[in-house]
Amino acid sequence: MQQYILSKKNVITVISGLLIALGFFSHFVLENVGLSEWSLIIASVFGIMPIAIQAFQAMKVKVISIDVLVSIAAIGALFIQNYEESAIVTFLFLFGHYLEHRTLNQTRSAIKELTEMAPESALKQMDNGEFEEVEVDDVDEGDILLVKTGAKVPVDGTVLTGEGHINEASITGEAVPVNKLADAEVFAGTILENGTIQIRADRVGEDTTFGKIVELVEEAQDSKSEAERFIDRFSKYYTPAVLVLAIVVWAFSQNIELAITILVLGCPGALVIGVPVSNVAGIGNGARNGVLLKGSEVIQDFSNVDTIVFDKTGTLTVGNPTVAATELYEKDSAETLGYLASVERESDHPLAKAVLNQIGETNFYPVEETEVVKGGGIVSSVAGHRVAVGNVALMEKENVTLSKKVQKDVKRFEQQGNSLVLTAVDGELKVLMGIRDQVRPGVKANLQELKDLGVKNLVVLSGDNQGTVDVVAGELGLTEAHGHMLPEDKSAYIGKLQQRGQIVAFVGDGVNDSPSLALADIGIAMGSGTDVAIETSDVVLMNSNFSNLPHALGIVKATANNMKQNIAISIGVVLVLLTSVFFSEWMNMSIGMLVHEGSILVVIFNAMRLMKYKLKGRKE
Amino acid sequence: MEKAILQLETLSCPSCMQKIEGAVKSVNGVDKDSIKVLFNSSKVKVDFDSAVTSIEEIQKAIENVGYPVLKAKVKAA
Repeated sequence: MQQYILSKKNVITVISGLLIALGFFSHFVLENVGLSEWSLIIASVFGIMPIAIQAFQAMKVKVISIDVLVSIAAIGALFIQNYEESAIVTFLFLFGHYLEHRTLNQTRSAIKELTEMAPESALKQMDNGEFEEVEVDDVDEGDILLVKTGAKVPVDGTVLTGEGHINEASITGEAVPVNKLADAEVFAGTILENGTIQIRADRVGEDTTFGKIVELVEEAQDSKSEAERFIDRFSKYYTPAVLVLAIVVWAFSQNIELAITILVLGCPGALVIGVPVSNVAGIGNGARNGVLLKGSEVIQDFSNVDTIVFDKTGTLTVGNPTVAATELYEKDSAETLGYLASVERESDHPLAKAVLNQIGETNFYPVEETEVVKGGGIVSSVAGHRVAVGNVALMEKENVTLSKKVQKDVKRFEQQGNSLVLTAVDGELKVLMGIRDQVRPGVKANLQELKDLGVKNLVVLSGDNQGTVDVVAGELGLTEAHGHMLPEDKSAYIGKLQQRGQIVAFVGDGVNDSPSLALADIGIAMGSGTDVAIETSDVVLMNSNFSNLPHALGIVKATANNMKQNIAISIGVVLVLLTSVFFSEWMNMSIGMLVHEGSILVVIFNAMRLMKYKLKGRKE
Repeated sequence: MEKAILQLETLSCPSCMQKIEGAVKSVNGVDKDSIKVLFNSSKVKVDFDSAVTSIEEIQKAIENVGYPVLKAKVKAA
C-alpha cells in the first residue's frame, strides 16, 4: 500500500492541484464556502499521504527528514482548520519534487550518456564451439568472444584471429579508427567499424579501462569537498533543530500558526542540493569534452592554481624541426633549390630532412664531390657548380660576402630562434632558411587563454638543451624555462615552487612523470586514458588536444563560482524567510514553501548553465 | 568481507541519502564506515560480512524505506 501510494506520487500531485483549483473556484466564483472547504480538505489529505509515508519511513531509521517537518506542519494546519495552507503547502512540496527530479536528470545527462556507452551483451563461445549472445556480466576472464562489424567490444582483451578497424574514441578521444590485427589489445566500449575479430577476455566489467573511467566519473560526481561535508553535518543537526525551535515557539506563544510556519520556512532545501548539483553539472560538462575531473576537491584546488608546469617542450611543440622562414636572393631560384635538395639528399642531418621536406618536388642533379666541414656544413660540386650549404661560419670560410640585407635577415632569423641554413652557389649567397621545431598550432592562443583565466606562471621543465627551451619559451611567452632536467629534478623543482607558496598544476603524459604528477597540487595527465594516468593524476585530458587544458581550467573555475553562488542563494533565502516571519505581516506557510521550492529550482537552473559552458571567445 | 553495489531508482532529494544510509546501517553485519550513498549516480556501495547478512537483506532494508532497487551486485572486496 505504501509503495503503491509513493509510486503514484505524480498522479496525486495532479489530483491535489485540481482540487485546489476547484476549491478556489467554488470559493470566489460560486461563493460556495462548503464545497470550497471540502475540496481543500481532500486535497490536503491526498497531499499529506505520500509525504507522511516518507516521514514515517525516515523516523523508522532515526532520521528527522524534511518530510517530517512538512508532514507535521500540514497536519497542524488541518488541525487549526487552515485548509488552504495545508493544501497549498503539500501541493507545492510535491510539485517542487517533481520539477527537481526532472531538472536533476538533465544535470546528470552527461554521465548517463557515458554509462549508456557501456557494452551490454557479448557473443561468447560455448562448450560446443558455437557463439551465443550472453549478457556482458556473464563474461569471465579467459572467455573467447566474437565481435562483428558495428558491434561494441564488450571487454578488454586480446585479438586472437581476424582483423578490423576499431574506433577507440571512448577511451582515447581519438576518432580515427585504429587497425587491429592478431595479438593487438582491444578495449571495452570501443566500436568495431569493419571486419570481424575473435578476442580473449583479459579484463571484464569494472576492471576494464572503460569501466574504470565510468567509475571514476561516478565517484567524482559524488565526492565531497570539505565545505560539502560541513554542510552535510550541519543539515543533519539543522533539521531536528528547526523542529525543536518550532516546539519551543509553540510552548511559549501557544501560537500553532507561527510554530508550523517556522517548520516550513526552516526546511533546508536549496542548501543541501546547491553544491552537489553544481558539481555534477561541471564534471558532466568536462566528461563530455574529454576532461575527467576527479571530484569536487579537485575542482576547488584546480580553480586556485596560479602556476602551470609543462613536462617537456614536446607538449608545446610539434616535435620535428621544419623550415619556418625562407629568404631567396635571386629572381628564379628553381635551379638553386634543385642543387640544395641534391646536396641535402646525401645527408642524414635532421636539418637536411627539414630542408628536403620544404623544397618538395624538384629536379635532382648528380652530386660529384662532397666535403663535410665539421661544425659548418657541406661543400659539394653539383653540375659543375660549387655549392656550399651550412651556417654563417661556413660562408665566411668560403669567402661568400653577406650583403647588409642578408646580415639583417640573419639577425632576425636568429632572434626568432631559428637554426640557419645558408646556400651559396659559386661563392654567391642564394638562399637563407630558418629552421626550428614549430610550436603546435593554437598553443599560443591557448596559453593566452590560461593567462586570461588568472594563471600567473607558465613554466616548462624539459630534458632538451637550454637553447631550444629558451626559444620555445620566448616565442610562447612562458615565464620560466629550464632545460637539462631529469624526472627527479622536475619533482624537486615543483617542491621548490610550492615552498614559495605557489599552487602548482603539472601537465605530464602520466607514464614517466608519476612523482611530479603526485607531488603537484593538481596532476594533469594528457593524451592517454591509460590506467596509470587515471590512477596517479587528478585530471585526465582524454586526448592530446592542447585546447582541452584551458577548457578544463575554465570549467573548474566556473563550477567553483557556481557553487559559491548556490550557497549564497540558499543561505540568503533562509535568512530572509526567517527574519520576515518575525518582522512582517505577509509571510505565511504557502509563501514560504513557494519561495523554498523556487530557490531549489533556481540553484538547479544556475547549475545547468555549467552544462553549456564554453570558454569565452570560442566557437562551437 | 564482500562489497555490495546496488543501483537504485534516480534519487532526487539529498535528504534521501540520510534515510538510505540509516536503513543500511541498521542491517547487522555491514561495515558501517564503508557505506557510500552516491547521490548523482543513485548507487549504494557497502562492504558486508557474508557470514552474517546477505545482499538480499541490504536490498530489503533499502526498499523498506521506499527506494526500489533496480540491480544488485556482489563483488569480492
